[in-house]
Amino acid sequence: MSAQDNDREMADVNETATVDFSRQKQRLRLLPGSTETAASFAFDQEDHTLGNALRYMIMKNPDVEFCGYSIPHPSEATMNLRIQTWDGVSALEVLRKGLNDLADLCDVVEDTFTVSRDKFNAANSEQMSS
Amino acid sequence: MPSWAPLSKEELAKARAPLSEEQLQQRRMVRINAETVTDTSATDIPGHWGPGQDDSWNLERFRKSLQITFHQNKPLDATFSLIGVDASIANAFRRILIAEVPTLSIEEVFMLDNTSIIQDEVLAHRMGLIPLIGGHEGLRWLRRFEKAPPKDDFAAQAKYDPDDVEDNAKTPNDHNTIVLELDVTCRWANEKEDGRDGRKLAKEGSTDPTEKYINSNVYAKQLVFKPQGEQVSMFAGENAIRTANPDILIAKLRPGQRIKLSCHCIKGIGADHAKFSPVATASYRLLPHIDITQPILGADAKKFAKCFPKGVIGLEHDAESGQEKAVVIDPMKDTVSRECLRHDEFKDKVKLGRIRDHFIFSVESTGQFNSDELFLDSIRLLKAKAEKFKRHLTELEEGR
Repeated sequence: MSAQDNDREMADVNETATVDFSRQKQRLRLLPGSTETAASFAFDQEDHTLGNALRYMIMKNPDVEFCGYSIPHPSEATMNLRIQTWDGVSALEVLRKGLNDLADLCDVVEDTFTVSRDKFNAANSEQMSS
Repeated sequence: MPSWAPLSKEELAKARAPLSEEQLQQRRMVRINAETVTDTSATDIPGHWGPGQDDSWNLERFRKSLQITFHQNKPLDATFSLIGVDASIANAFRRILIAEVPTLSIEEVFMLDNTSIIQDEVLAHRMGLIPLIGGHEGLRWLRRFEKAPPKDDFAAQAKYDPDDVEDNAKTPNDHNTIVLELDVTCRWANEKEDGRDGRKLAKEGSTDPTEKYINSNVYAKQLVFKPQGEQVSMFAGENAIRTANPDILIAKLRPGQRIKLSCHCIKGIGADHAKFSPVATASYRLLPHIDITQPILGADAKKFAKCFPKGVIGLEHDAESGQEKAVVIDPMKDTVSRECLRHDEFKDKVKLGRIRDHFIFSVESTGQFNSDELFLDSIRLLKAKAEKFKRHLTELEEGR
Protein backbone atom coordinates (compact mmCIF):
# COMPACT_ATOMS: atom_id res chain seq x y z
CA MET A 1 0.00 0.00 0.00
CA SER A 2 1.45 3.35 -0.98
CA ALA A 3 1.64 6.18 1.48
CA GLN A 4 -0.57 8.46 -0.57
CA ASP A 5 -3.24 5.82 -0.83
CA ASN A 6 -3.25 5.20 2.88
CA ASP A 7 -3.62 8.88 3.58
CA ARG A 8 -6.76 9.01 1.48
CA GLU A 9 -8.05 5.88 3.15
CA MET A 10 -7.50 7.32 6.61
CA ALA A 11 -9.18 10.55 5.52
CA ASP A 12 -12.03 8.37 4.34
CA VAL A 13 -12.12 6.76 7.77
CA ASN A 14 -11.94 9.95 9.78
CA GLU A 15 -14.14 12.03 7.51
CA THR A 16 -11.93 15.01 8.25
CA ALA A 17 -11.50 15.97 4.63
CA THR A 18 -13.31 15.43 1.39
CA VAL A 19 -11.40 13.06 -0.80
CA ASP A 20 -11.07 13.35 -4.54
CA PHE A 21 -11.33 9.71 -5.64
CA SER A 22 -11.05 10.49 -9.36
CA ARG A 23 -7.37 11.21 -8.83
CA GLN A 24 -6.78 7.69 -7.53
CA LYS A 25 -4.93 5.32 -9.81
CA GLN A 26 -6.74 2.21 -11.01
CA ARG A 27 -5.46 -0.60 -8.80
CA LEU A 28 -7.57 -3.44 -10.18
CA ARG A 29 -6.84 -5.22 -13.44
CA LEU A 30 -8.50 -8.12 -15.21
CA LEU A 31 -5.78 -10.60 -16.22
CA PRO A 32 -5.66 -11.96 -19.80
CA GLY A 33 -7.49 -15.22 -20.46
CA SER A 34 -10.40 -14.32 -18.23
CA THR A 35 -13.93 -15.27 -19.23
CA GLU A 36 -17.30 -14.27 -17.83
CA THR A 37 -17.40 -17.09 -15.25
CA ALA A 38 -13.69 -17.67 -14.66
CA ALA A 39 -11.60 -14.60 -14.10
CA SER A 40 -8.30 -13.61 -12.54
CA PHE A 41 -7.82 -10.16 -11.05
CA ALA A 42 -4.62 -8.34 -10.16
CA PHE A 43 -4.87 -6.12 -7.08
CA ASP A 44 -2.11 -3.52 -7.09
CA GLN A 45 -0.40 -2.66 -3.79
CA GLU A 46 -2.27 -5.35 -1.85
CA ASP A 47 -1.10 -8.37 0.14
CA HIS A 48 -2.39 -11.20 2.36
CA THR A 49 -4.37 -8.72 4.46
CA LEU A 50 -6.99 -8.18 1.79
CA GLY A 51 -6.20 -11.33 -0.20
CA ASN A 52 -7.06 -13.92 2.43
CA ALA A 53 -10.00 -12.01 3.90
CA LEU A 54 -11.54 -11.47 0.47
CA ARG A 55 -10.86 -15.07 -0.55
CA TYR A 56 -12.80 -16.26 2.50
CA MET A 57 -15.75 -13.93 1.87
CA ILE A 58 -15.97 -15.02 -1.78
CA MET A 59 -15.72 -18.71 -0.85
CA LYS A 60 -18.73 -18.19 1.41
CA ASN A 61 -20.78 -17.58 -1.74
CA PRO A 62 -22.51 -20.83 -2.91
CA ASP A 63 -22.29 -19.67 -6.56
CA VAL A 64 -18.50 -19.94 -6.40
CA GLU A 65 -16.79 -23.10 -7.57
CA PHE A 66 -13.27 -21.95 -6.79
CA CYS A 67 -11.60 -18.93 -5.27
CA GLY A 68 -7.94 -18.55 -4.44
CA TYR A 69 -5.32 -15.84 -4.19
CA SER A 70 -1.59 -15.69 -4.66
CA ILE A 71 1.24 -13.25 -4.41
CA PRO A 72 3.27 -14.12 -7.52
CA HIS A 73 6.52 -12.58 -6.37
CA PRO A 74 7.50 -11.27 -2.90
CA SER A 75 9.22 -8.17 -4.26
CA GLU A 76 6.27 -7.08 -6.36
CA ALA A 77 3.40 -5.54 -4.41
CA THR A 78 0.65 -7.31 -6.32
CA MET A 79 -1.96 -9.83 -5.29
CA ASN A 80 -3.75 -12.05 -7.79
CA LEU A 81 -7.24 -13.39 -7.12
CA ARG A 82 -8.85 -16.18 -9.15
CA ILE A 83 -12.63 -16.69 -9.19
CA GLN A 84 -14.49 -19.50 -10.96
CA THR A 85 -18.26 -19.67 -10.69
CA TRP A 86 -21.04 -22.20 -11.30
CA ASP A 87 -23.81 -21.89 -13.88
CA GLY A 88 -22.93 -18.73 -15.74
CA VAL A 89 -22.73 -16.43 -12.70
CA SER A 90 -20.59 -13.39 -13.45
CA ALA A 91 -17.20 -13.44 -11.72
CA LEU A 92 -17.26 -9.65 -11.48
CA GLU A 93 -20.57 -9.74 -9.62
CA VAL A 94 -19.18 -12.39 -7.29
CA LEU A 95 -16.20 -10.14 -6.57
CA ARG A 96 -18.52 -7.21 -5.92
CA LYS A 97 -20.60 -9.30 -3.52
CA GLY A 98 -17.42 -10.41 -1.75
CA LEU A 99 -16.30 -6.79 -1.27
CA ASN A 100 -19.79 -5.79 -0.11
CA ASP A 101 -19.92 -8.66 2.40
CA LEU A 102 -16.47 -7.74 3.71
CA ALA A 103 -17.55 -4.11 4.24
CA ASP A 104 -20.75 -5.28 5.99
CA LEU A 105 -18.75 -7.59 8.21
CA CYS A 106 -16.51 -4.70 9.26
CA ASP A 107 -19.56 -2.63 10.22
CA VAL A 108 -20.90 -5.43 12.40
CA VAL A 109 -17.54 -6.01 14.08
CA GLU A 110 -17.17 -2.27 14.73
CA ASP A 111 -20.66 -2.02 16.29
CA THR A 112 -20.20 -5.10 18.47
CA PHE A 113 -16.73 -3.98 19.53
CA THR A 114 -17.90 -0.50 20.53
CA VAL A 115 -20.88 -1.82 22.48
CA SER A 116 -18.90 -4.40 24.42
CA ARG A 117 -16.05 -1.97 25.13
CA ASP A 118 -18.43 0.67 26.48
CA LYS A 119 -20.14 -1.96 28.61
CA PHE A 120 -16.79 -3.12 29.98
CA ASN A 121 -15.62 0.45 30.69
CA ALA A 122 -18.90 1.28 32.46
CA ALA A 123 -18.76 -1.88 34.61
CA ASN A 124 -15.15 -1.23 35.55
CA SER A 125 -15.56 2.43 36.45
CA GLU A 126 -18.42 1.38 38.81
CA GLN A 127 -16.13 -1.14 40.42
CA MET A 128 -13.47 1.49 40.93
CA SER A 129 -15.84 4.04 42.47
CA SER A 130 -17.61 1.60 44.80
CA MET B 1 -20.98 -52.78 0.00
CA PRO B 2 -18.71 -50.89 -2.39
CA SER B 3 -18.25 -47.21 -1.75
CA TRP B 4 -20.03 -46.36 -5.01
CA ALA B 5 -23.19 -48.25 -4.08
CA PRO B 6 -26.32 -46.09 -4.11
CA LEU B 7 -27.21 -44.62 -0.74
CA SER B 8 -30.04 -46.16 1.24
CA LYS B 9 -32.96 -43.95 2.26
CA GLU B 10 -31.57 -43.36 5.75
CA GLU B 11 -28.10 -42.54 4.44
CA LEU B 12 -29.60 -40.14 1.90
CA ALA B 13 -31.64 -38.38 4.58
CA LYS B 14 -28.52 -38.09 6.74
CA ALA B 15 -26.52 -36.56 3.89
CA ARG B 16 -29.23 -34.00 3.25
CA ALA B 17 -29.77 -33.01 6.88
CA PRO B 18 -28.09 -29.92 8.34
CA LEU B 19 -25.42 -30.41 10.97
CA SER B 20 -26.65 -30.99 14.51
CA GLU B 21 -25.75 -28.55 17.27
CA GLU B 22 -23.16 -31.04 18.52
CA GLN B 23 -21.57 -31.36 15.10
CA LEU B 24 -21.47 -27.57 14.75
CA GLN B 25 -19.57 -27.39 18.04
CA GLN B 26 -17.25 -30.21 16.96
CA ARG B 27 -16.20 -28.40 13.80
CA ARG B 28 -15.05 -25.42 15.85
CA MET B 29 -12.35 -27.59 17.42
CA VAL B 30 -8.73 -27.76 16.37
CA ARG B 31 -7.54 -31.11 17.77
CA ILE B 32 -4.26 -31.17 19.62
CA ASN B 33 -2.83 -34.65 20.03
CA ALA B 34 0.37 -35.91 21.63
CA GLU B 35 2.46 -35.53 18.47
CA THR B 36 0.19 -33.88 15.93
CA VAL B 37 -2.28 -31.08 15.39
CA THR B 38 -5.28 -32.04 13.27
CA ASP B 39 -8.45 -30.40 11.89
CA THR B 40 -6.62 -27.14 11.36
CA SER B 41 -8.66 -25.87 8.39
CA ALA B 42 -11.99 -24.11 8.74
CA THR B 43 -14.84 -26.06 7.11
CA ASP B 44 -17.61 -23.45 7.16
CA ILE B 45 -17.65 -23.22 3.36
CA PRO B 46 -20.83 -23.98 1.38
CA GLY B 47 -20.73 -27.50 -0.04
CA HIS B 48 -18.27 -28.90 2.46
CA TRP B 49 -20.95 -30.64 4.55
CA GLY B 50 -23.33 -31.51 1.74
CA PRO B 51 -26.46 -29.76 0.55
CA GLY B 52 -28.21 -29.89 3.93
CA GLN B 53 -25.86 -27.48 5.69
CA ASP B 54 -26.24 -23.79 4.80
CA ASP B 55 -22.85 -22.15 5.21
CA SER B 56 -23.38 -19.25 2.83
CA TRP B 57 -22.68 -15.72 4.05
CA ASN B 58 -25.55 -14.34 6.11
CA LEU B 59 -25.10 -10.97 7.77
CA GLU B 60 -27.85 -11.43 10.36
CA ARG B 61 -26.54 -14.83 11.35
CA PHE B 62 -23.06 -13.35 11.65
CA ARG B 63 -24.36 -10.46 13.75
CA LYS B 64 -25.99 -12.94 16.14
CA SER B 65 -23.02 -15.27 16.40
CA LEU B 66 -20.34 -12.59 16.76
CA GLN B 67 -19.24 -12.00 20.35
CA ILE B 68 -16.63 -9.65 21.72
CA THR B 69 -15.78 -9.72 25.43
CA PHE B 70 -13.16 -7.54 27.04
CA HIS B 71 -10.71 -8.89 29.61
CA GLN B 72 -8.69 -5.72 30.02
CA ASN B 73 -8.90 -2.25 28.51
CA LYS B 74 -5.95 -0.08 29.44
CA PRO B 75 -4.59 2.59 27.07
CA LEU B 76 -1.36 0.64 26.57
CA ASP B 77 -2.79 -2.87 26.79
CA ALA B 78 -6.16 -4.14 25.66
CA THR B 79 -7.10 -7.83 25.79
CA PHE B 80 -10.38 -9.10 24.42
CA SER B 81 -11.94 -12.19 22.91
CA LEU B 82 -13.19 -12.00 19.35
CA ILE B 83 -15.51 -14.97 18.90
CA GLY B 84 -17.21 -16.05 15.68
CA VAL B 85 -14.95 -14.80 12.89
CA ASP B 86 -12.68 -16.70 10.54
CA ALA B 87 -8.91 -16.67 10.97
CA SER B 88 -8.51 -14.75 7.70
CA ILE B 89 -10.54 -11.84 9.09
CA ALA B 90 -8.87 -11.82 12.50
CA ASN B 91 -5.49 -11.96 10.80
CA ALA B 92 -6.40 -9.05 8.53
CA PHE B 93 -7.14 -6.91 11.61
CA ARG B 94 -3.85 -7.95 13.20
CA ARG B 95 -1.85 -7.23 10.05
CA ILE B 96 -3.50 -3.81 9.60
CA LEU B 97 -2.76 -2.93 13.25
CA ILE B 98 0.93 -3.64 12.78
CA ALA B 99 1.53 -2.30 9.29
CA GLU B 100 -1.18 0.06 8.09
CA VAL B 101 -2.48 2.34 10.84
CA PRO B 102 -0.62 5.64 10.35
CA THR B 103 1.28 7.27 13.19
CA LEU B 104 3.66 10.18 13.73
CA SER B 105 7.39 9.55 14.01
CA ILE B 106 10.66 11.39 13.56
CA GLU B 107 11.68 11.01 9.91
CA GLU B 108 14.40 13.58 9.21
CA VAL B 109 17.12 14.58 11.65
CA PHE B 110 19.18 17.65 10.78
CA MET B 111 22.47 17.56 12.68
CA LEU B 112 23.59 21.08 13.52
CA ASP B 113 26.27 19.95 15.95
CA ASN B 114 27.17 16.49 17.14
CA THR B 115 30.43 16.10 19.00
CA SER B 116 29.23 13.15 21.07
CA ILE B 117 30.71 9.70 20.52
CA ILE B 118 27.48 8.44 18.99
CA GLN B 119 27.62 8.77 15.19
CA ASP B 120 25.17 10.95 13.26
CA GLU B 121 23.46 8.08 11.48
CA VAL B 122 23.17 5.95 14.63
CA LEU B 123 21.78 8.88 16.58
CA ALA B 124 19.30 9.67 13.79
CA HIS B 125 18.09 6.07 13.84
CA ARG B 126 17.66 6.16 17.61
CA MET B 127 15.67 9.38 17.35
CA GLY B 128 13.34 7.80 14.80
CA LEU B 129 12.40 4.97 17.13
CA ILE B 130 11.28 7.24 20.01
CA PRO B 131 7.49 6.94 20.38
CA LEU B 132 5.71 10.31 20.33
CA ILE B 133 2.38 11.34 21.80
CA GLY B 134 0.16 14.39 21.44
CA GLY B 135 -3.46 15.49 21.17
CA HIS B 136 -5.44 12.85 19.27
CA GLU B 137 -7.50 15.41 17.42
CA GLY B 138 -4.38 17.15 16.17
CA LEU B 139 -2.73 13.88 15.20
CA ARG B 140 -5.74 12.90 13.14
CA TRP B 141 -5.88 16.36 11.59
CA LEU B 142 -2.26 16.06 10.47
CA ARG B 143 -1.83 15.11 6.79
CA ARG B 144 0.78 12.97 5.10
CA PHE B 145 3.99 14.44 3.71
CA GLU B 146 4.93 12.82 0.39
CA LYS B 147 8.65 12.96 -0.01
CA ALA B 148 9.98 12.47 -3.56
CA PRO B 149 12.09 9.29 -3.61
CA PRO B 150 15.90 9.67 -3.66
CA LYS B 151 17.41 10.22 -7.13
CA ASP B 152 19.50 7.04 -6.98
CA ASP B 153 16.54 4.82 -6.04
CA PHE B 154 15.55 3.95 -9.60
CA ALA B 155 12.78 1.51 -8.69
CA ALA B 156 11.05 4.12 -6.51
CA GLN B 157 11.70 6.83 -9.10
CA ALA B 158 10.03 4.75 -11.81
CA LYS B 159 6.88 4.36 -9.70
CA TYR B 160 6.79 7.95 -8.48
CA ASP B 161 4.36 10.20 -10.28
CA PRO B 162 4.45 13.81 -9.08
CA ASP B 163 0.97 14.35 -10.54
CA ASP B 164 -0.40 11.69 -8.19
CA VAL B 165 0.63 13.69 -5.13
CA GLU B 166 -1.42 16.62 -3.90
CA ASP B 167 0.53 19.87 -4.18
CA ASN B 168 0.15 20.58 -0.49
CA ALA B 169 1.83 17.27 0.41
CA LYS B 170 4.97 17.81 -1.68
CA THR B 171 6.65 20.31 0.60
CA PRO B 172 6.97 20.21 4.38
CA ASN B 173 4.48 22.60 5.98
CA ASP B 174 2.44 23.01 9.15
CA HIS B 175 -0.18 20.54 7.90
CA ASN B 176 2.21 17.64 7.50
CA THR B 177 5.39 18.19 9.50
CA ILE B 178 6.08 18.53 13.21
CA VAL B 179 9.38 20.10 14.29
CA LEU B 180 11.21 18.96 17.41
CA GLU B 181 14.53 20.37 18.54
CA LEU B 182 17.24 19.16 20.83
CA ASP B 183 20.13 21.22 22.11
CA VAL B 184 22.19 19.75 24.95
CA THR B 185 25.74 20.65 26.00
CA CYS B 186 27.62 18.80 28.68
CA ARG B 187 29.95 20.66 31.06
CA TRP B 188 31.64 20.33 34.44
CA ALA B 189 29.47 21.17 37.41
CA ASN B 190 30.57 24.40 39.08
CA GLU B 191 30.02 26.07 42.42
CA LYS B 192 28.27 29.14 41.03
CA GLU B 193 25.54 27.49 38.98
CA ASP B 194 25.17 24.04 40.48
CA GLY B 195 26.33 24.39 44.07
CA ARG B 196 29.08 21.81 43.67
CA ASP B 197 32.50 21.76 42.04
CA GLY B 198 32.73 18.80 39.64
CA ARG B 199 36.49 19.08 39.17
CA LYS B 200 37.07 19.04 42.92
CA LEU B 201 34.77 16.06 43.32
CA ALA B 202 36.73 14.28 40.58
CA LYS B 203 40.01 14.89 42.39
CA GLU B 204 38.46 13.50 45.55
CA GLY B 205 37.74 10.33 43.64
CA SER B 206 34.10 10.70 42.60
CA THR B 207 33.13 8.30 39.82
CA ASP B 208 29.52 9.44 39.41
CA PRO B 209 29.11 11.32 36.11
CA THR B 210 25.77 12.86 37.16
CA GLU B 211 27.54 14.39 40.16
CA LYS B 212 30.62 15.67 38.31
CA TYR B 213 28.97 16.87 35.10
CA ILE B 214 25.81 18.63 33.99
CA ASN B 215 23.86 17.03 31.14
CA SER B 216 25.94 13.85 31.08
CA ASN B 217 22.78 12.01 30.03
CA VAL B 218 20.52 13.18 27.21
CA TYR B 219 16.92 12.15 27.73
CA ALA B 220 13.92 12.12 25.40
CA LYS B 221 12.16 14.71 27.60
CA GLN B 222 14.75 17.29 26.52
CA LEU B 223 13.26 17.37 23.01
CA VAL B 224 11.45 20.67 22.52
CA PHE B 225 8.30 20.92 20.39
CA LYS B 226 8.30 23.88 18.00
CA PRO B 227 4.72 24.34 16.79
CA GLN B 228 4.44 25.79 13.28
CA GLY B 229 1.55 27.86 11.91
CA GLU B 230 -1.80 26.24 12.68
CA GLN B 231 -0.13 23.73 14.98
CA VAL B 232 -0.02 26.44 17.67
CA SER B 233 -3.76 26.04 18.20
CA MET B 234 -4.05 22.34 17.26
CA PHE B 235 -1.39 21.22 19.73
CA ALA B 236 -1.88 23.77 22.49
CA GLY B 237 -1.32 23.02 26.18
CA GLU B 238 -1.55 19.36 27.09
CA ASN B 239 -2.01 18.44 23.42
CA ALA B 240 1.63 19.34 22.71
CA ILE B 241 3.74 16.77 20.88
CA ARG B 242 6.10 15.07 23.32
CA THR B 243 7.73 11.72 23.86
CA ALA B 244 5.59 8.90 25.26
CA ASN B 245 8.34 7.96 27.74
CA PRO B 246 10.26 10.99 29.02
CA ASP B 247 13.14 8.93 30.41
CA ILE B 248 14.39 7.27 27.22
CA LEU B 249 18.16 7.71 27.18
CA ILE B 250 19.23 9.14 23.81
CA ALA B 251 22.97 9.59 24.36
CA LYS B 252 25.68 10.07 27.00
CA LEU B 253 27.94 13.11 26.92
CA ARG B 254 31.16 14.29 28.57
CA PRO B 255 32.22 17.91 29.24
CA GLY B 256 32.62 19.89 26.01
CA GLN B 257 30.44 17.58 23.93
CA ARG B 258 27.25 18.86 22.40
CA ILE B 259 24.25 17.58 20.49
CA LYS B 260 22.19 20.14 18.61
CA LEU B 261 19.70 18.86 16.13
CA SER B 262 16.35 19.59 14.58
CA CYS B 263 13.87 16.82 13.72
CA HIS B 264 11.04 16.70 11.23
CA CYS B 265 8.29 14.26 12.25
CA ILE B 266 5.85 13.01 9.63
CA LYS B 267 3.06 10.51 9.45
CA GLY B 268 3.81 7.10 8.02
CA ILE B 269 2.75 3.46 8.17
CA GLY B 270 4.42 0.41 9.68
CA ALA B 271 4.82 -1.17 6.24
CA ASP B 272 7.35 1.57 5.39
CA HIS B 273 9.28 1.48 8.66
CA ALA B 274 8.69 -0.26 12.00
CA LYS B 275 8.97 3.10 13.81
CA PHE B 276 5.58 4.03 12.34
CA SER B 277 3.90 0.92 13.77
CA PRO B 278 1.35 2.09 16.38
CA VAL B 279 1.62 -1.11 18.40
CA ALA B 280 4.43 -2.74 20.34
CA THR B 281 2.67 -6.05 19.77
CA ALA B 282 -0.67 -6.98 18.29
CA SER B 283 -1.27 -10.71 18.48
CA TYR B 284 -3.91 -13.32 19.07
CA ARG B 285 -4.07 -16.90 20.28
CA LEU B 286 -6.89 -19.43 20.13
CA LEU B 287 -8.75 -20.34 23.30
CA PRO B 288 -7.53 -23.72 24.60
CA HIS B 289 -10.15 -26.41 25.17
CA ILE B 290 -9.80 -29.32 27.61
CA ASP B 291 -12.32 -32.11 27.34
CA ILE B 292 -12.23 -34.64 30.20
CA THR B 293 -13.97 -37.66 28.65
CA GLN B 294 -13.76 -40.00 31.66
CA PRO B 295 -13.72 -38.94 35.34
CA ILE B 296 -10.26 -38.45 36.83
CA LEU B 297 -10.45 -39.14 40.57
CA GLY B 298 -8.48 -39.05 43.83
CA ALA B 299 -4.68 -38.86 43.66
CA ASP B 300 -4.86 -38.92 39.88
CA ALA B 301 -6.93 -35.74 39.91
CA LYS B 302 -4.21 -33.93 41.89
CA LYS B 303 -1.55 -35.20 39.51
CA PHE B 304 -3.71 -34.16 36.57
CA ALA B 305 -4.10 -30.62 37.93
CA LYS B 306 -0.30 -30.39 38.20
CA CYS B 307 0.02 -31.06 34.45
CA PHE B 308 -1.54 -27.61 33.83
CA PRO B 309 -0.70 -24.07 34.91
CA LYS B 310 -2.29 -22.95 38.20
CA GLY B 311 -6.01 -22.23 38.01
CA VAL B 312 -6.80 -24.28 34.92
CA ILE B 313 -7.90 -27.49 36.64
CA GLY B 314 -9.79 -27.53 39.92
CA LEU B 315 -10.82 -30.31 42.30
CA GLU B 316 -14.44 -30.93 43.09
CA HIS B 317 -16.09 -33.43 45.42
CA ASP B 318 -17.64 -36.21 43.40
CA ALA B 319 -20.77 -37.63 45.06
CA GLU B 320 -20.74 -40.82 43.01
CA SER B 321 -17.30 -42.09 44.04
CA GLY B 322 -16.89 -40.02 47.20
CA GLN B 323 -13.50 -38.85 45.93
CA GLU B 324 -12.12 -35.62 44.50
CA LYS B 325 -12.67 -35.15 40.81
CA ALA B 326 -10.73 -33.02 38.34
CA VAL B 327 -12.77 -30.32 36.57
CA VAL B 328 -11.82 -27.58 34.12
CA ILE B 329 -12.12 -24.13 35.71
CA ASP B 330 -10.40 -21.67 33.37
CA PRO B 331 -9.06 -22.93 30.04
CA MET B 332 -7.96 -19.38 29.16
CA LYS B 333 -4.97 -19.77 31.51
CA ASP B 334 -3.79 -22.95 29.80
CA THR B 335 -0.63 -22.92 27.70
CA VAL B 336 -1.47 -26.20 25.90
CA SER B 337 1.77 -27.82 27.01
CA ARG B 338 0.31 -31.31 26.37
CA GLU B 339 2.04 -32.54 29.55
CA CYS B 340 -1.06 -34.56 30.51
CA LEU B 341 -0.80 -36.61 27.31
CA ARG B 342 2.63 -37.89 28.38
CA HIS B 343 1.09 -39.83 31.28
CA ASP B 344 -0.48 -43.18 30.41
CA GLU B 345 -3.21 -42.83 33.05
CA PHE B 346 -4.60 -39.67 31.42
CA LYS B 347 -3.95 -40.48 27.77
CA ASP B 348 -7.41 -41.87 27.06
CA LYS B 349 -9.33 -39.71 29.51
CA VAL B 350 -8.65 -36.28 28.07
CA LYS B 351 -8.89 -34.58 24.68
CA LEU B 352 -7.04 -31.34 24.07
CA GLY B 353 -7.85 -28.74 21.48
CA ARG B 354 -8.29 -25.12 20.64
CA ILE B 355 -11.40 -23.30 19.49
CA ARG B 356 -10.94 -22.25 15.89
CA ASP B 357 -13.03 -19.07 15.97
CA HIS B 358 -12.24 -17.82 19.49
CA PHE B 359 -9.40 -15.31 19.18
CA ILE B 360 -7.90 -13.87 22.34
CA PHE B 361 -6.50 -10.60 21.02
CA SER B 362 -3.83 -8.65 22.78
CA VAL B 363 -3.10 -5.14 21.53
CA GLU B 364 -0.30 -3.16 23.15
CA SER B 365 -0.11 0.42 21.93
CA THR B 366 3.16 2.38 21.96
CA GLY B 367 1.22 5.31 23.46
CA GLN B 368 0.22 7.53 20.53
CA PHE B 369 -3.32 6.13 20.45
CA ASN B 370 -5.26 3.98 22.90
CA SER B 371 -5.22 0.27 22.12
CA ASP B 372 -9.00 -0.03 21.68
CA GLU B 373 -9.06 2.95 19.30
CA LEU B 374 -6.32 1.32 17.25
CA PHE B 375 -8.39 -1.82 16.82
CA LEU B 376 -11.36 0.27 15.72
CA ASP B 377 -9.08 2.00 13.21
CA SER B 378 -7.99 -1.37 11.84
CA ILE B 379 -11.64 -2.37 11.32
CA ARG B 380 -12.34 0.91 9.52
CA LEU B 381 -9.23 0.54 7.38
CA LEU B 382 -10.26 -2.95 6.25
CA LYS B 383 -13.66 -1.56 5.35
CA ALA B 384 -12.05 1.34 3.49
CA LYS B 385 -9.99 -1.18 1.51
CA ALA B 386 -13.14 -3.03 0.48
CA GLU B 387 -14.87 0.23 -0.45
CA LYS B 388 -11.85 1.33 -2.47
CA PHE B 389 -11.86 -1.83 -4.57
CA LYS B 390 -15.60 -1.56 -5.07
CA ARG B 391 -14.92 1.79 -6.76
CA HIS B 392 -12.07 0.29 -8.76
CA LEU B 393 -14.33 -2.58 -9.85
CA THR B 394 -16.94 -0.13 -11.13
CA GLU B 395 -14.19 1.67 -13.05
CA LEU B 396 -13.00 -1.66 -14.43
CA GLU B 397 -16.49 -2.51 -15.64
CA GLU B 398 -16.81 0.90 -17.23
CA GLY B 399 -13.59 0.19 -19.08
CA ARG B 400 -11.35 2.76 -17.45
